[in-house]
Amino acid sequence: MSSTTLDGTALSPVPSVDAVASAVKRRSKPALMWRALRRDKAAVISIGVLLVLALVSVFAPLIAPYDPLEGDATQRLEGIGTAGHLLGLDGQGRDILSRLIHGGRYSLTVAVLPVLVAGPIALLIGMSAGYFGGRVGDAVMRVLDVLFAFPVVLLAIAIAAVLGPGLLNVMLAIGITMVPYMARVVYTATVQESAKEYVEAARAAGATQGQILRQQLLPNVLSPLVVYGTSLCGLMIVLAAGLSFLGVGVTPPAPDWGVMTSDGRSVLLEGYGHVATIPGIVILVAALAFNLIGDGVRDALDPHKQTS
Amino acid sequence: MEAPLLRVEGLQTHFASELGTIKAVDGVTFDVPRGGVLGMVGESGSGKSVTGLSILRLLGSRNATIAGGRILFKGEDLLQKSEAEMRQIRGGSISMVFQNAMTSLDPFFRIGDQLAEVIKLHQGLRGKAARDRALHALELVRIPDPVAKLKSYPHQLSGGQRQRVVIALALACEPDLLIADEPTTALDATVQKQIIDLLLDINRELGTAIVMITHDMGVVAHMCQTVAVMYAGRIVEHGAVEDVLRSPEHPYTRGLMASVPRLHTEASAAGRTRQRLYQIGGSAPLPLRLTDGCAFAPRCPEVGPECWTVDPPTVGFRDGQEAVCHRRAEETVEEDLRVRA
Amino acid sequence: MAGYLLRRLGGMVLVLLGVSLLVFLIMQLVPGDPARTLLGPTATAEAIAAVRQDLGLNQPLVNQYLDYLGGLLRGDLNNSLVMAQPVTEIVFPKLGNTIILAAGALVICLVVGVPLGVLAATRQYSLFDRGAMFLSLAGASVPVYWAALVAISIFALQLGWLPTSGMYDVRNPGGFGDLLLHLVLPAATAAVVPTAVIARLTRSVMVEALQQDHIRMLRANGVSERQIVWRHALRNALPPIVNIVGLQVGYLLGGVIFIEVVFSWPGLGGQLYTSITANDMPIIQAGVLFIAVVFVVVNLVADIVVALLDPRTREAVR
Repeated sequence: MSSTTLDGTALSPVPSVDAVASAVKRRSKPALMWRALRRDKAAVISIGVLLVLALVSVFAPLIAPYDPLEGDATQRLEGIGTAGHLLGLDGQGRDILSRLIHGGRYSLTVAVLPVLVAGPIALLIGMSAGYFGGRVGDAVMRVLDVLFAFPVVLLAIAIAAVLGPGLLNVMLAIGITMVPYMARVVYTATVQESAKEYVEAARAAGATQGQILRQQLLPNVLSPLVVYGTSLCGLMIVLAAGLSFLGVGVTPPAPDWGVMTSDGRSVLLEGYGHVATIPGIVILVAALAFNLIGDGVRDALDPHKQTS
Repeated sequence: MEAPLLRVEGLQTHFASELGTIKAVDGVTFDVPRGGVLGMVGESGSGKSVTGLSILRLLGSRNATIAGGRILFKGEDLLQKSEAEMRQIRGGSISMVFQNAMTSLDPFFRIGDQLAEVIKLHQGLRGKAARDRALHALELVRIPDPVAKLKSYPHQLSGGQRQRVVIALALACEPDLLIADEPTTALDATVQKQIIDLLLDINRELGTAIVMITHDMGVVAHMCQTVAVMYAGRIVEHGAVEDVLRSPEHPYTRGLMASVPRLHTEASAAGRTRQRLYQIGGSAPLPLRLTDGCAFAPRCPEVGPECWTVDPPTVGFRDGQEAVCHRRAEETVEEDLRVRA
Repeated sequence: MAGYLLRRLGGMVLVLLGVSLLVFLIMQLVPGDPARTLLGPTATAEAIAAVRQDLGLNQPLVNQYLDYLGGLLRGDLNNSLVMAQPVTEIVFPKLGNTIILAAGALVICLVVGVPLGVLAATRQYSLFDRGAMFLSLAGASVPVYWAALVAISIFALQLGWLPTSGMYDVRNPGGFGDLLLHLVLPAATAAVVPTAVIARLTRSVMVEALQQDHIRMLRANGVSERQIVWRHALRNALPPIVNIVGLQVGYLLGGVIFIEVVFSWPGLGGQLYTSITANDMPIIQAGVLFIAVVFVVVNLVADIVVALLDPRTREAVR
């Protein structure tokens, strides 16, 4: 009995690789990703929402109808829809809308900036541990294992508590907490990519270590980090505001959204729910937007879901 | 004449895609007699697997629909059955075996429990009775040490043994028909032969009819009585295996035959001449069927002008062999004329 | 084989040593003098020097760490700087209360999150699937402290169904029923984020499980869709679900700080908050350490359960 498969050998229904390669127009990865992302309605809307939040924060002094710190004691705790105060006033008679508008400057910065700073550090740690491996790589990962033993929220609170409150300290606490997680993502991607043929090929072609790391590995390790980082921003908005809520973050009377939620807590039992509820919703919306973009970017980078 | 066990009539299975409707199966008709073995041959994408899945209505994907035809099993149209009735038929009177022997068993359950689940489902047996039946099924597929295998997990078995268990699962409830979709693809050549022989023995001993879906002409020659050659969703030639293999009529079938290496012919044994295998040029088309005409025309060595525009007719030969081809139709007409003249 | 267990336990001991060292070092960085915290602002320089000597603060750092570690192993964690009580007597009961809260939340996570993910996976791309996945992404973005405030505002203040705070009724402390009544709101709010995360992961592993070859084989053998989903596919998807649940325990143990503060739940998180405000280092040290230990142990258990679940790795564990 002969066992020749007609599919594989004789009929060769698969067109040659060269034909496929020349048929597909070469596009850069970010361009391809953007094309895929544009089709994701939720992600596009989310980008819009965050852009609006960012613009409003930048131009806060021009947009905000009132001073975020000056209160009018006669109108304290008046609810949503009060004449002249769309979202009402807080316990000290401050305009909640104005505080929200100014608050973005704190809450967005405190969450996003540490991610941007922690990214390169994590890249450095993760790529060197992943590529060079060996004892140093192992040791680095063992140290990170110790950090993973602490729940994220707890670690951030502990570091923030040690550093003391203040804008810079919160960012430091958030950044330190995130580095190990981002480094692990980079490490895993580096180990996986290093084992692939193209790296072997580059090495065989005489590329230096630096060239391999920069030209071959970096672009491929970057995408998982970008996906992870985007979602982290969502988590960090919630966590950073949480630190302020507990009093180990941004210090009152600064109109950080976490501080505002905390302000609202004290008047909640008196029956004034709006003071706490409104800033919380804004935190939720901003975090959700980051998560939706993170999801969209992940799908856009997923070759299985990409259609040309 | 006795009604066939399975009669598929004008089956149409369509997939919705971005390119339009793909007619993966486009008007396929064939019979399987009781205890018979039918071979379905063709390249990947010719629609042979989809035909098998359509019979059991296992297409699963939401963009696949059976758009037309009848599937008569023991005279009853399976396309009219409810989903619950189909579940009784699946694994009960019609079983199916797939190509991925290594992954066709649930890695988290013991072999015995997997067999017992199906036996309980179709025969209502439990406990010891179910276990005995499971053991019997394993003996049937000639697994060494079947008692111990009942307690084994799939990862403890070799690929060939796993495919035997899969066949045991399919046969546990003594179905009348077994659809085997390239059941040996993932296996070693020697194991492939064992599995094929096992299927043949089961066919002879139990009288289980088999639809053997394969791309291997050798397998067809070895175990089938009739063969249907599929191309781009249609059967282009069918007939008794001896007839089709001895005198293939459709250019595609001829190409298939010419591309099988002949290890046992005298020429190759004596001269050891390095003969190049015949290769059918081009590649299998997506069965989109935007125009009329023969789907094989772009690759056909005998192509003529009408092949591109007119659907080819079915031409009958001796003993029920049929091919769907303009060329053969012309020749028959010419022959007729010559005979009359 | 015992080898796997020993290796995992060994790894865990190393991690815990690292944890204790890190906790110790972080606390060294804290500005302020524990002796001054202990004695108050009016203390004389001599008294402070004496207490510093007493606490071993004048010794080299290595000795201090070894002392700390020795005490840890003996179960002696010094006294609280604020309350004149051994740390262990304060921390252990609170840890128990935190575990009650976390366990309650975990039950909600499992009962809601896993079925939600399974149902979404079986109806992939349906309206239900899209809705459930959007909701769970929103759920994963919820600030817990805000959710707690909203929950109190609605269910305790406006509807009056449940108590606003505490673990038992202050005036008329009851038994288990009273505890359950007080547990509902905190546990439910603590569960929001992990439930959402578990639902999303369950969906994605179930989608994958349902595409496996043996699922098609089961369908071809007439097994009902319900059996396929809940008996076979879920069984195959269970290992990654157990892993993520282990990780979510970590989220719960961290997140309960917010919950305990807002609901005045007498747990470790609330205690940590109070101690942070009061700069009571031994308590913070012990609290952070214990939560880390619980988290590490839970994840070890989760890993072992995962290994036991899969017949391919089961022999290695036994």
